[in-house]
Amino acid sequence: MVGPGAPRVRTAPPWWRNRRVLPWLVQAAVGLVLLLLIAFLVGNLVRNLTAAGLLLSWRWLGQPAGFDIAESWLPFDASMPYWRGLAAGLVNTLRAVLLSLVGATLLGTATGMAAFSANALLRGLARAYVEVIRNIPLLLQLVFWYFVVFLSLPGGAAAIRLPGIALARSGLYLAGFGEGMRWLGPSLVNGVWQAPVHLSVEFGALLTGLVVYSGAYIAEVVRGGIAAVPSGQWEAASSLGMGWLATLRHVVLPQALRVIVPGLNTQYISIAKNSSLAVAVGYSDLYSVAETTLNQTGRAVEVILLLLAAYLGIDLLLSALMNGLNRLVQIRER
Amino acid sequence: MPRRWFRSWPVVLLVAAALAGCAPDGGGGVVSATLAKIRGRDKLVCGVEGKLPGFSFVGPDGSYSGLDVDVCKAVAAAVLGDPGKIEYRDLNSSERFAALASGEVDLLSRNTTFTLSRDAPGGNALSFGPTTFYDGQGMMVPAASGVRRLEDLAGKPICVESGTTTELNLADRMRERGVPYTPLKFQTSDQTYAAYLGKRCVAVTSDRSQLAAKRTSFPQPDDHVLLPVVMSKEPLTPASVNADPAWADAVRWTVYGLMQAEELGITQANVAAKQTEARANPGQADLRRFLGVEGDFGKQLGLPADFVVKAVSAVGNYGEIFERNVGAGSRLKLERGVNRLWTDGGLIYAPPFR
Repeated sequence: MVGPGAPRVRTAPPWWRNRRVLPWLVQAAVGLVLLLLIAFLVGNLVRNLTAAGLLLSWRWLGQPAGFDIAESWLPFDASMPYWRGLAAGLVNTLRAVLLSLVGATLLGTATGMAAFSANALLRGLARAYVEVIRNIPLLLQLVFWYFVVFLSLPGGAAAIRLPGIALARSGLYLAGFGEGMRWLGPSLVNGVWQAPVHLSVEFGALLTGLVVYSGAYIAEVVRGGIAAVPSGQWEAASSLGMGWLATLRHVVLPQALRVIVPGLNTQYISIAKNSSLAVAVGYSDLYSVAETTLNQTGRAVEVILLLLAAYLGIDLLLSALMNGLNRLVQIRER
Repeated sequence: MPRRWFRSWPVVLLVAAALAGCAPDGGGGVVSATLAKIRGRDKLVCGVEGKLPGFSFVGPDGSYSGLDVDVCKAVAAAVLGDPGKIEYRDLNSSERFAALASGEVDLLSRNTTFTLSRDAPGGNALSFGPTTFYDGQGMMVPAASGVRRLEDLAGKPICVESGTTTELNLADRMRERGVPYTPLKFQTSDQTYAAYLGKRCVAVTSDRSQLAAKRTSFPQPDDHVLLPVVMSKEPLTPASVNADPAWADAVRWTVYGLMQAEELGITQANVAAKQTEARANPGQADLRRFLGVEGDFGKQLGLPADFVVKAVSAVGNYGEIFERNVGAGSRLKLERGVNRLWTDGGLIYAPPFR
């Protein structure tokens, strides 16, 4: 305590009590511990791999893979190198993740909004869906969708047919432009369905599983966001004569988005990570191809490093996009 | 300014790599670390398939049985003197090598094909013992499907377990013939056969013995047939790690002991009598050495002198193991075929115990 009349002596405090130095000291100490830990781990890895004659090598990536992949948007066959197989797996993963994101967002938003409906049946259904789905493990759900639902579809000539569409046990076949830009519908050739657009049941089961599972979580995020908007906003809108849907669309949802977007980010990242369960339903995603590669080459550390990097990359990218979106919907303080 | 920190990460990693030399050294020596570990915990940890009737299968009472399991039991009896001192680990085809390499299991006795890349130090770096079952890859289809040759499978989905040699052989055989197909890969054999029985695939491919074994657990086994084609050589062989050659030798000679016992007519029932006979009869030098009455074969391997006696009294000789688990005495009813002794024109051959 320095009295108002006392002379102000400008002596700097000792460095260990300096507010500017202290945080740096703490950070440096933590950084050093972290560094030593990493050094120990990396050193241990390098030492043991050297002892086993298995130092990191990436040359195997260029060798022919020797295995086939069931469905791939990138052309792939057994004579192509491993990296092409991994790339095909990555594309398959991205395809499943992106479609699941869209599907789960639509389903989740609709369900989250339904929780505020005046219709008791709709509210009850939304509640039941969320509670049932959230409390069953995803792996179990995927296996259910695949083995119980999708594999019960009729096969071969008994397939469900609509104009331009065939739904069989092997997948969904859609009409499209085939060779020579001719419009082609699904056709049964030698007991096998063929069509320009083919989505396998493995993909279908994964997509359904991820959409339904993540949809339930997103519904809760959306419900929480809407609940966070003060009820005065609802009352004000209704006193202006706005209906339920119009109130949601123009008044409540824009404000709710501020709460929803950060929560969505987490859910999107979960979808990307959960997509690696595809291997349980026979879908050739990145993890499945990597697993085969690991077994055939024996390069466990390299393959796992690639896998880690790929999933980390996908998640960081998703996060960055969502953070950008978050900045757009936040209140701009003036 | 948290961003600054982020940018310095590559530097942190570089320094970390430079400091790599400071970490303590790993173990390793002249004697078998694995044998010491097994004795220390008084238990052999054996990796098996676990769901394959005839090879390794869990019975209703929770006990394991099968040809692969009997190899585990023989080794446990040879090392610890008790075939019951085993902890089994069910491994799928993708986990098995990692489990072995990391030391999670001591021995892999899990219908695993002996191949160059799995054996080589630059590949999976395993050490294979004697082949316990000479198999070949086959293809199973529903009898009603009308498929009789591989060519009939053109454009059709085929179920296969991922991470197997089967997966690669399938690609090779189909490419040779120019037959397009869709491989549907599953992580475990249960999923693979569930998809096949769910009619998602027109055919399922695996080792012929595995197909025959799995078929016995189908609701209607007779509705499924094996195509007459043999797509590959599949010598199914127990394996351990390259890093411990002394342990690999102990496994190798225990299994050879089972084969040699069959050749010498030593069975589970008469092994004790044979040992007594050898003790009383100094003239039977071969038998005395084999059964550990004289010489130090056991000691050279780091095993008890009578390790063969212990293994054979636990599970019987190779022929008994075969017949009980996969042969005439089992539901599989597989022919001995090439798995007969070399003296009967087969491939089962133990080098001399000398």
